[in-house]
Amino acid sequence: MTATSGARPVKAWRAPLFDAGIASFIGLLLGIPLVGLTTVDAGGRLAVETRWHWLVMAAVVIFPCRLLIRWLYESRSVRGRGKTTSPASAMGDPNKWTRVFSILAIAIAVAVPIAYHDNRYVVDVATTVLIYVMLGWGLNVVVGLAGLLDLGYVAFYAVGAYTYALLATQFGFSFWLCLPIAGLIAAGFGIVLGYPTLRLRGDYLAIVTLGFGEIIRIVLINWTALSNGPDGISSIPRPTFLGLSFAPPGDKPTFAGFFGLEYAPWHRMLFLYGVVLLLALLTNALVLRLRRLPIGRAWEAMREDEIACRALGINVTSVKLSAFALGAALAGVAGVFFAARQGFISPESFTFNESAIILAIVVFGGSGSQLGVVLAASLLVLLPELGRSFSEYRMLLFGAAMIAIMVWRPGGILSERTPTVRSRVPAPALSGRPEESMA
Amino acid sequence: MTGSAAKLLEVSNLTMRFGGITAVDDLSMSVEAGRITSIIGPNGAGKTTLFNCLTGFYRPTSGRIALNHPIQGPLALERMPTHELARSAQVLRTFQNIRLFPRMTVLENLIVAQHSVLQRASRFSLAGILGLRAYREADDKAVEFAQALLRRLDLSAFGDTAAGALPYGTQRRVEIARAMAARPILLCLDEPAAGLNPRESAVLNNLLKSLVANEGIAILLVEHDMSVVMSISHRIYVLNYGKKIAEGTPREIQSDPHVIAAYLGEPDEEVGLSPREREMLT
Repeated sequence: MTATSGARPVKAWRAPLFDAGIASFIGLLLGIPLVGLTTVDAGGRLAVETRWHWLVMAAVVIFPCRLLIRWLYESRSVRGRGKTTSPASAMGDPNKWTRVFSILAIAIAVAVPIAYHDNRYVVDVATTVLIYVMLGWGLNVVVGLAGLLDLGYVAFYAVGAYTYALLATQFGFSFWLCLPIAGLIAAGFGIVLGYPTLRLRGDYLAIVTLGFGEIIRIVLINWTALSNGPDGISSIPRPTFLGLSFAPPGDKPTFAGFFGLEYAPWHRMLFLYGVVLLLALLTNALVLRLRRLPIGRAWEAMREDEIACRALGINVTSVKLSAFALGAALAGVAGVFFAARQGFISPESFTFNESAIILAIVVFGGSGSQLGVVLAASLLVLLPELGRSFSEYRMLLFGAAMIAIMVWRPGGILSERTPTVRSRVPAPALSGRPEESMA
Repeated sequence: MTGSAAKLLEVSNLTMRFGGITAVDDLSMSVEAGRITSIIGPNGAGKTTLFNCLTGFYRPTSGRIALNHPIQGPLALERMPTHELARSAQVLRTFQNIRLFPRMTVLENLIVAQHSVLQRASRFSLAGILGLRAYREADDKAVEFAQALLRRLDLSAFGDTAAGALPYGTQRRVEIARAMAARPILLCLDEPAAGLNPRESAVLNNLLKSLVANEGIAILLVEHDMSVVMSISHRIYVLNYGKKIAEGTPREIQSDPHVIAAYLGEPDEEVGLSPREREMLT
């Protein structure tokens, strides 16, 4: 930003306008080939047409947007300056907001599907959001808390999904039984991946996990005898409510029949949503609890400084493996749900792209923040959905939103860390806030 | 000054080679219980290498490191992995370039140091997840112990502050407090006075003396700051090129010709050792 605003307060309003004007002008120039010219099919050959009115509209839109960005940026840097003088307040204040937002998020999660229960599309999107929230929370253990960059997280999701698909179609295992089984098997895979990577950190670890994710996917494609290859596994049984299925009335006991309701397809949709909401809340409770336990504190300590951990008597090997195992187990459970909801899975669903989106959710959310994951998952799933009316510009919008988040909040949406413990007895030597005595 | 105190740590014929370089060469030394022992020497003398051998970060090429643990009896430290050395042998260390957990609060730093006790109490997290009383009590005790330590080191004002946000001198004290939270019998400090101003070094002197006097621990010190070393050490070892060139009380070391030569070079015919240079050493 220009430094004139402070020195000459009278003309302070000019700088932002000038800045926005330049932004518009640059937009105009860049827009000539991007927006101003378009190719049309003129009887078998391509012709170029101009759309100058679009270009002008774009420039007009850029102007206020630039002003807004500038205003946001400046108000943030003013607040940021206030924060650096009192480091402790950065950890104290957000708690209240975190609680308010958490309650709000749960209220929305419960209310929306009930209000839109017969709208298949809304419930479907909400279910997808919750699957990603679950995956985000699972990966948050590995990336956010333990600080291990995992680019192959989707592998454990695939392990969970295929475990359920195979056990259910081949041996008739039920959904509920498969949840813990798949969790354990995925945790096993987590340890298998974790063991060779114990000595790796950062980029090197990321490359190995990336490779692991690809190995699982390629094995699933090629080991036809086990996984039916690229054709995938179909007619995976849906979860039942205490043994009652959600099928149309038939000879087997059904949910609608048992409760004397009229059969409606949304019963199952809403039930699936309830299941994933329950699983997600359980995941959250587990992770929040673990974070306050010795193992969770050791994960965070390992993220901060692995050598110091060893010097303090912490077995880094088991801490690392436990993070991998728990993260993998949570992905495995999410995978079971995914398979049960889709009824059909194939290696197509477990590409690197999925890993990247889950990682983006964790990073955007603010590594380590549970609520941040919810916000980021909602954003990353809803944006492409909301953007459908923009048709081919949808992904452009998506990318722009990603860049905007990272520019606006480089540490993620919620980057403040909540301490796992606070001083119990107020220190007698202290009258005010702790940071005051630091000056 | 050495008196008849029991030998807590005995290092015999320790050698550490990196390829062709011998960083520590056939070194023997001992640390007595309830005493402050210092290791000094010019840059590159092998002090930090020796330190890393003692605390399990390096595996020595040859030689033995025996710890006479008051409860567990004799332990061979050279065969223990780093975390075992801290956990069961209770040999704790700090680092030359401070290694706190910067984004965690000071209190959390001290609780992480009690990991092994708490992890056992949480029964591998199961009792912890269920919130059983035995675990909650252990957790409360850990917090209390940490807060008592913070009060003792005059740090209680910073309990809820992120460790990385503290001034340098305070971080040094937090690191010592964190090592104390892990209940050491031998505390190894790698240049604890580096980067401290004279006032902070004086505070450190008193702190180390009182830790040895009141907590019954032994301290092993690697230090460049002679004002610290000379005023608090009971015994000093001097290393040069990986070899022990002198040992003794501060007074003996100050007048040892080998030490003076190692620090200031051999007095050659023309220049000799000026009185001012001699003064600098002491």
